[in-house]
Amino acid sequence: MARRVTYTTGLVGSDERVAQHPQARREITVDVHDDDATPWGVDAKLRVVGTDVPRVDGPAKATGAAKYTYDIQPQGLCFAGLVTSPHAHAEVQAVDVAAALKIPGVLVARAAGGRQVTFPGSIVAVVCAESEEALDDGLRAVVVTYDVKPPAVTVEDAMADGAAQVDRRAPNVPPEDDPRATMRRGDAQGAWDAAEVKVEGTWRTAIQTHSCLEPHGVVVQVMPDGHATIWASTQATSGFAAGPAMSRALGVPAAKIRVLTEHMGGGFGSKFGALEWDVLAAELARETRRPVRMLLSRRLEHLLGGNRPDSIQQMELGGTKDGRFTVLRGDVLGTAGNAAGGAGSNNVMVYGLPNVAMRQRTVRTHTARAAAFRAPRHPQGAFALEGVIDRFAHAAGLDPLEVRKRNDDHPIRRIQWDLAAERIGWAEARGRGGQRKDGPWRFGVGCAAARWSNAGRGAWRVDLKVHADGHVAVMSGVQDIGTGTRTLMAVLVAEELGIGVDRVDVRVGDTDYPPGPGSGGSTTSPSIGPAAREAALHAREGVAAKLAEAWDVPVADIGWKDGHYEAGGRTASFEEAARLVGTGGLAVSGTRRPNYEGPYGETAGVQMAEVAVDVETGVVRVKRVVAVHDAGRLVDTLTARSQVNGGVLQGISFALHEERRLDRAQGDMVNPTFDTYRILGLADTPQIDVLLTSVVSGFNNAGIMGLGEPATVPTAAAVAGAVYDAIGVQVTELPMTPARVLAALEGA
Amino acid sequence: MTRQEPPFEPAPPRATPADHATRVSRRGLFKGAGAAAVSAALLGARETLAREAAVADEVRTQGPGLVPITLRVNGEERKVQVEPRTTLLSALRLRLDLTGAKPVCERSQCGACTVWLDGQTVYACSVLAVEAEGREVTTVEGLGTPSDMHPVQAAFCAEDALQCGFCTPGMVMACAFAVKQHGKDLTEDQARAAVAGNLCRCGTHPHVLRAALRAAKGE
Ligand code: FES
Ligand code: FES
Repeated sequence: MARRVTYTTGLVGSDERVAQHPQARREITVDVHDDDATPWGVDAKLRVVGTDVPRVDGPAKATGAAKYTYDIQPQGLCFAGLVTSPHAHAEVQAVDVAAALKIPGVLVARAAGGRQVTFPGSIVAVVCAESEEALDDGLRAVVVTYDVKPPAVTVEDAMADGAAQVDRRAPNVPPEDDPRATMRRGDAQGAWDAAEVKVEGTWRTAIQTHSCLEPHGVVVQVMPDGHATIWASTQATSGFAAGPAMSRALGVPAAKIRVLTEHMGGGFGSKFGALEWDVLAAELARETRRPVRMLLSRRLEHLLGGNRPDSIQQMELGGTKDGRFTVLRGDVLGTAGNAAGGAGSNNVMVYGLPNVAMRQRTVRTHTARAAAFRAPRHPQGAFALEGVIDRFAHAAGLDPLEVRKRNDDHPIRRIQWDLAAERIGWAEARGRGGQRKDGPWRFGVGCAAARWSNAGRGAWRVDLKVHADGHVAVMSGVQDIGTGTRTLMAVLVAEELGIGVDRVDVRVGDTDYPPGPGSGGSTTSPSIGPAAREAALHAREGVAAKLAEAWDVPVADIGWKDGHYEAGGRTASFEEAARLVGTGGLAVSGTRRPNYEGPYGETAGVQMAEVAVDVETGVVRVKRVVAVHDAGRLVDTLTARSQVNGGVLQGISFALHEERRLDRAQGDMVNPTFDTYRILGLADTPQIDVLLTSVVSGFNNAGIMGLGEPATVPTAAAVAGAVYDAIGVQVTELPMTPARVLAALEGA
Repeated sequence: MTRQEPPFEPAPPRATPADHATRVSRRGLFKGAGAAAVSAALLGARETLAREAAVADEVRTQGPGLVPITLRVNGEERKVQVEPRTTLLSALRLRLDLTGAKPVCERSQCGACTVWLDGQTVYACSVLAVEAEGREVTTVEGLGTPSDMHPVQAAFCAEDALQCGFCTPGMVMACAFAVKQHGKDLTEDQARAAVAGNLCRCGTHPHVLRAALRAAKGE
């Protein structure tokens, strides 16, 4: 069932670099399933893969033709909304909906959610109305009476003596000696005692909300024939309505529920699964027998839509005088709201650290739960780790870049450090504590690393139909959340069939098609791409069989060369041969095969930032970022650059601006609007140089990996390093607001 | 024990008034909004009110309740029924099914709802539908279609100035306005200023700038 294939993986192109870094290429032998496509090695001659291909759904998005969940407006649409608690900790005494029900146009107003309020934004009532205006009036008319109790709002509050307990069944913070909280490697105490250079410090990061521009929510319609359709702003159509909750709410078996996510306005990790309000919308659609729309308001999106937990990270790094790390010790606290896990930092993965002792504990508070956010735990971990490394380099009297290179043995990242340093002019750009200046401005550069392991998984199937006019339709339940999944599939199919990308119509985001992976963990591309390529191969083979009949030759004699069929001197393009499939077309499918044992299972990245710091006002401006990343083999370099830009800009925003602020006494968010919760805009956007290194990973037939998350991991850390270089003192708390920069300068 | 009071009185039951006018009066607007507190605060300013009443008498009052108005959208006359408090954004989306302009903040903070009103960019979430009556409204759908794109829309595709695309219609309208204003001479700083009021969470900013400049140069 399998054939042996030997081919070369690793860095594509750049033969000179490979000569210096032989580890960047590796020949491997793998067993390839008989039905699967032969893997492309570094020398494969590819026509479309690895070039700039405009996003296939670009025209629909640029003209307003693309329909998002928020844009779905079936005849008779009704509007649902939530009444939520302004208190963090309370008990609901009464919910009075009488006035709301009197408002013309209000169809339903009733209590919802539980009686115990454990975070601001807890749902206490739901209203459904025939117009947005009536909904507004209805929501305002609901009167809720609370018994308010003192909340524990921050990590410090929740750990204080006599703090209110968030969850009756467990303490707010696990005990220090909880064995599950500590990760150990080697002999940390011994290594610390023996270390020649020792540094320590505490780094803090703030809570960042996802701030997707399209809020969470659904439009739900129950058809008279007993089928139901849910348009969902979700990162995973598969499974959204598969659980019992949706079926029960709709009164419809799962097999009759269709979930659609044709276009989706941002998720970043926060939109997995049907949530409380989605189920309420389904109940309302059943109750009212009308299509119902439930989309969170901007305020509730900030409150309930998810967030990246904060962190307080105490770190100790020890090593040798010549800059080799021997030990990292740490104690990390953070809150993921009223949930038990999810906080913490990921900071032991990138550099070689023979001895580690790292304690990480999540603190429960009376705030809404966190959600996975683009590289969960990584940006905050990188901020503290790279920060303590910068401090180490300073103490050892070494260049921070040199120290990193000495402790990094990733074969691709070793090349990336040099690429980034050359591009930003590291040696000249270093400010070394204010030597480069202009008036009150001080300039500096910083650097940081990223890693990700994301070879993808699953046995997903992609369906493909060949039409006689040479066009093909490609179908999967997978959703494109703006990452370019449609385009990636179209490029792989076009490559395999020797046709233009414009001949490929990719239909996704529909559970009527074979289930696809959820968009998380930067695994979508490697999970679905190889199946699309295999489906295209089967189409090519199916059409070859028709051609063999037409040419009257054995099918084995039909060759495929340079995008053409050939046999006995005759040639035909795929488009020409496709005519033979007739009006019925040809339907095939491809399967995502298990991963091979590829050598490049960890993608690599390096970012360097150049900043200007005004030492009079404390303002930090990022002038330039150089971002070098691989994503396995790159399929579309244009959309890949967009992904990196996005990661970098979210990272700068995290570094300089974003902070969820809570009312310390009440727990409510005091900045749930875009003028008070600032996300980075065009005025703050620096020059970003994206350098892509394409690496055949060896894990699947196309050698691809993912890119969404690693691109945001090192940015804040690199910016912080640059600030340190510019002003000679470290700012150890994010966001690096002017006040914090000035405080650091004063403390110096 | 605390009680969460409703911040406003519920709106009075709305009926369809027989008469309407082409221009809304501010008095009618407040009535329609049902904002008793706002009206009460204004009662002190008798003189202003008297002056406004005089104006209002000339233009007649609209609302409360649904009022029929005619909007000129993308060159076509469209008749719709709206409440005086209904925003232009809501009217375009829910009454006319023009869903290009997006509701994101609904408070003039993000630019996702940007359309042109008499050729100028406005936040459609912060303009009342009745205020737009008799004026020329242009939405992203009116700029071009997938098979016949405006140069700015085509440049957005070529430069990949869109990811999830939710901010894109607003970005396109803001950039197209800048290109219309400055033509070939559009500078990077002017392009930055033109979209400074538009938020994007996916991080398209560098590509948006390139797209605006590319479209201006007619490439
Ligand atoms: S929705 Fe109008 S500016 Fe944000
Ligand atoms: S493209 Fe997603 S918000 Fe701009």
